[in-house]
Amino acid sequence: MAYDKFTVLSSTAVPLPIENVDTDQIIPARFLKATKREGFGDNLFRDWRYNPDNSPKEDFVLNNPLYRGKILVGGRNFGSGSSREHAAWAVYDCGFRCVVSSFFADIFKNNCLNVGVLPVQVSDIFAEEIFKAIYDDASTELVIDLAAQSITISSTNSQESFDINNYKKQNMLNGFDDIDYLQNIKEDIRIFAENTPL
Amino acid sequence: MSKTLFDKVWDSHVVRRIKDGPDVFFIDRHLIHEVTSPVAFLGLKSRDLDVMYPNRTFATADHNTPTLNQHLPVEDPLSAIQLKALEDNSNEYGISHWGLGHRNNGIVHVVGPENGITLPGATIVCGDSHTSTHGAFGAIAFGIGTSEVEMVLSAQCIMQTKPKRMRINVNGTLSKGVSPKDVGLYIIAQLTTSGATGYFAEYAGDVFQNMSMEGRMTVCNLSIEMGARGGMIAPDEKTFDYIEGRTMTPKGADWDKAMKYWETLKTDEGAEFDKEFNFNAGDIEPMITYGTNPGMGIGISKSIPTAESVEGGKATYDKSLAYMGYAEKEPMIGKKIDYVFVGSCTNGRIEDFRAFASIVKGKKKADGVTVWLVPGSHVVEAEIKKEGILNILNEAGFVLRQPGCSACLAMNDDKVPAGKYSVSTSNRNFEGRQGPGSRTLLASPLVAAAAAVTGVVTDPRTLIQ
Ligand code: SF4
Repeated sequence: MAYDKFTVLSSTAVPLPIENVDTDQIIPARFLKATKREGFGDNLFRDWRYNPDNSPKEDFVLNNPLYRGKILVGGRNFGSGSSREHAAWAVYDCGFRCVVSSFFADIFKNNCLNVGVLPVQVSDIFAEEIFKAIYDDASTELVIDLAAQSITISSTNSQESFDINNYKKQNMLNGFDDIDYLQNIKEDIRIFAENTPL
Repeated sequence: MSKTLFDKVWDSHVVRRIKDGPDVFFIDRHLIHEVTSPVAFLGLKSRDLDVMYPNRTFATADHNTPTLNQHLPVEDPLSAIQLKALEDNSNEYGISHWGLGHRNNGIVHVVGPENGITLPGATIVCGDSHTSTHGAFGAIAFGIGTSEVEMVLSAQCIMQTKPKRMRINVNGTLSKGVSPKDVGLYIIAQLTTSGATGYFAEYAGDVFQNMSMEGRMTVCNLSIEMGARGGMIAPDEKTFDYIEGRTMTPKGADWDKAMKYWETLKTDEGAEFDKEFNFNAGDIEPMITYGTNPGMGIGISKSIPTAESVEGGKATYDKSLAYMGYAEKEPMIGKKIDYVFVGSCTNGRIEDFRAFASIVKGKKKADGVTVWLVPGSHVVEAEIKKEGILNILNEAGFVLRQPGCSACLAMNDDKVPAGKYSVSTSNRNFEGRQGPGSRTLLASPLVAAAAAVTGVVTDPRTLIQ
């Protein structure tokens, strides 16, 4: 599914400085029974966010009115575990367009790129700076410029650049996706398949 | 030029290399199940695309199927809708479909090899991260997201950046009571859950050469838990013996031709890896996890490590132990157990039930422990009966359930209640993985059996007959 173009995102951010956040926490398996991709946002971090009686857990960041925004800043090794794309859908559905971490699990990172959520990998030191800036002042904005491949903390002007492969970058800047690309080279694929026994 | 096994298989499947971008990577065989495919089919429909090669995709129902009374309609309405969607989509596009009750039905990574879908040198993907299981046959196999499922359906390719190469050598002889699961958990504990992120692993050395195909599948299955995209083992006589004559394997002249290719599938002398690890088989004892990720594992006779001695921040570590209700330095032996789960694509094959039975034979299930024994497929179930294992289980007070993913991810009714402890042969001990609030201890079938008859964490070596 093609998604909105991603150019520059300036937003406050939601801090979640926990390491090894796995996709079972992002969206628990019991919520994977839908047959469409919308609506997962309500169950994002379900068991950290709500008590068994569905009342919100006050100490969880998504329930803290102080922290809002389109950017989620996670701890190291974010998104490990299951390949469920539902995790990326839930992040998107909850209004996030970017996840920042000092390290991402592979499949989650790929899934994000495929659904229009930009994964921005920063150094451990820069991640610390971001958490500090947000905790000092929750209205601090992060500015993510995809074309320039830079992330800036507005309150301190501290900046770092991030990696993204050029193909994925062009896709995100233009709102294209891989399926569009593959449809355009179907003839090559057909020839390849004919020479590749089942 | 010397090449690794991984390079040989990967490079022969690149349709096109994109400068500064991913490879257009051709997929030989694609497995789908009810949970991660419906949205992919929806995507096809909304773009008005067809399935390019329906004969390269295989569907089985496993993730949310009940493990009792499979002949009755599925009670949970949402699960029923997903199962129906898989069936309808498969029928509409001409994809073979093994639904509930079909004799080939079972967990996707168990039925793939059983039916010869899994072949050496093939590229195999599925919307499930434990697709790495199929690497046991010398295939490149890994989990993908739903957008990628849509890509494979519509164009038989995905866009992938080639991972780096890692080799993990384990040499020596495994001691009594140490199984392939322990080897896997040991490696993850050494590398951590992110230690192989960005890599594709090859397992090499005596230990893997001497391992059965079932054992190799268990090890490759766990590759994802150290962050690797997948893991593979060079095919050998054992591999060829296993696959010969299965439904989807080549026959006659095609087999001979395939064999010529398969025999070239090994890492050349002198080929380079980006990272290499060496471990001694003798250092590995039966393993158990004490925390909330698969890297938090220790030898069963050891005590829970202190925060300073493990990777990662103290806050995360404390949170994990608090969730488990454990404290630093406590021994694992003797910890009370409420549930035991034997099954999943990690340890739901015949060998795993043989191992479980070898311990419980002549003993009784411990009071107060609920035990779920779930075969990975109908084929496994039939073999359990044929070999007389079922009698041993029944005499010891256990019942055998019907195949499916079951308590591995608890999408069906097999949920461990909040706060309860479960020794599980599956692959993930994440918070709530086996049901909200559940606490999971990952271990081998032997350790699971020891817990099932004693009600506490027990070193299986003390019970081996
Ligand atoms: S048994 Fe568990 S890991 Fe394996 S396919 Fe099923 S849900 Fe995935």
